[in-house]
Amino acid sequence: MELERGTFLYEAWTARWSLLEGLMVTISSSVMTIIIGTVLGFAVGLVLTYGMLPFRILARLYVDIMRGIPVLVLILFTYYGLAILKIGVKPYWAGVIALSLFCISHVAENVRGAVQSIPQGQHEAGMAIGMRFFQRLRYIILPQAVRRALPPWVNTALEIVKGTTLLSVIGVVELLLANQQAIARNYMILQFYMAATIVYIIINFSIAQAAAALERRYAYLRY
Amino acid sequence: MVLLSARDIHKKYDETEVLKGIDLDIEQGQVVALIGASGSGKTTFLRCINLLEEYHQGRIELEGESIGYSANGRRRKLGERQISAQRAKIGMVFQSFNLFPHMTAEANVMLGLTKVRGMSNAEAQERARHWLDRVGLADRRQHYPYQLSGGQQQRVAIARAVAMEPRLMLFDEVTSALDPELVAEVLAVMQDLAKSGMTMVVVSHEMLFVRDVATRVVFMDGGLVAQSGTPDEVLHNPQTERLRSFLGRFHGIFGPV
Repeated sequence: MELERGTFLYEAWTARWSLLEGLMVTISSSVMTIIIGTVLGFAVGLVLTYGMLPFRILARLYVDIMRGIPVLVLILFTYYGLAILKIGVKPYWAGVIALSLFCISHVAENVRGAVQSIPQGQHEAGMAIGMRFFQRLRYIILPQAVRRALPPWVNTALEIVKGTTLLSVIGVVELLLANQQAIARNYMILQFYMAATIVYIIINFSIAQAAAALERRYAYLRY
Repeated sequence: MVLLSARDIHKKYDETEVLKGIDLDIEQGQVVALIGASGSGKTTFLRCINLLEEYHQGRIELEGESIGYSANGRRRKLGERQISAQRAKIGMVFQSFNLFPHMTAEANVMLGLTKVRGMSNAEAQERARHWLDRVGLADRRQHYPYQLSGGQQQRVAIARAVAMEPRLMLFDEVTSALDPELVAEVLAVMQDLAKSGMTMVVVSHEMLFVRDVATRVVFMDGGLVAQSGTPDEVLHNPQTERLRSFLGRFHGIFGPV
């Protein structure tokens, strides 16, 4: 590589492995969080909609509390809280747990909104042909609700990717902190922050595009 | 033979009693038209029959089997499994069609056959095709609801209900949401069903259809059966002022001349 010392490209090339590692941490923690948050959030969303009263109240409480706490506080609380309880968790996992707690509450609300937006007549039509509750859910309500939950779900996913930057405060070297460490060596503040910004935009743009393609795929489902 | 019998059906919404003791026997093969002003309880009663509404007192029996509530002892709602099995014997068509928008016409008809009746896909498909054919939609099998007109959607909904081979069909103002020029095609399908011997309870404001197709007309007023009889008796010899004024709204087609 023939690069002049002191240029951005030279510095970026020098730091390439740590930057790449940061990127991988950002991606892996995002993916992990979104998967956990989606699966559990889906379940909590159904409890919010159809659960028996005590469970519904618990789910409501959980969602309202998690949505009310700043994500940064949630992350610090999880990391130091678990440490105080003498549960040894690596910062990376404490971060994933905290972001997942946050993600679950948002997905749950997305799912509840989508399920409740399906007209009551759909349930009644299913009842009238003798379908039981879980059959109606499985074959009639959820296939429609999932498509309606997609746009807000994308929003949540993007929030999570951006939220991973907060893991830097508990020492997880994700993309942002990797850049900051590079900056500490070469003082190229603007260049490295700009580079990080562009990478975040690329990641989120890709997610949004993938979701848009999925939406187009089901565009024929008009009402 | 009495197919469906309702005894003393009472229903309240909070303080308002909308059904105040309905008694009605429906014979096998009868086409019973429920008429009456809005708020008289026709639709509510119809929905009570397959338990889309709960009622607080009274009993409904289909072929001697108590529907929705335990037959003996304290009045207790049956479990979901039993109620679903009973509903499968009672077909229902709604004012707003309620087709499943994410499924083709054929899949709409097949869903109950495969999931409730436990038919194989091939069997269900054959029967769905038969019924879509019968309601005149053989060339619309693979269409989604949004690609169909209101009249076509309602015919798919009828096929979906009838394909389950119910003992009894309930029609809840099924032409009220349709453009006038689409009403006839739906009524024709219903007339065809009536001719084939299907027992039907029809809530309708289509008085000409009621006159021509119903074997029995029930006029409901204030949550009670006010008059019941053949179309001739009820439509042409109204016994109460309420029925006279109700029929008077239909452009003087009925009532004493």
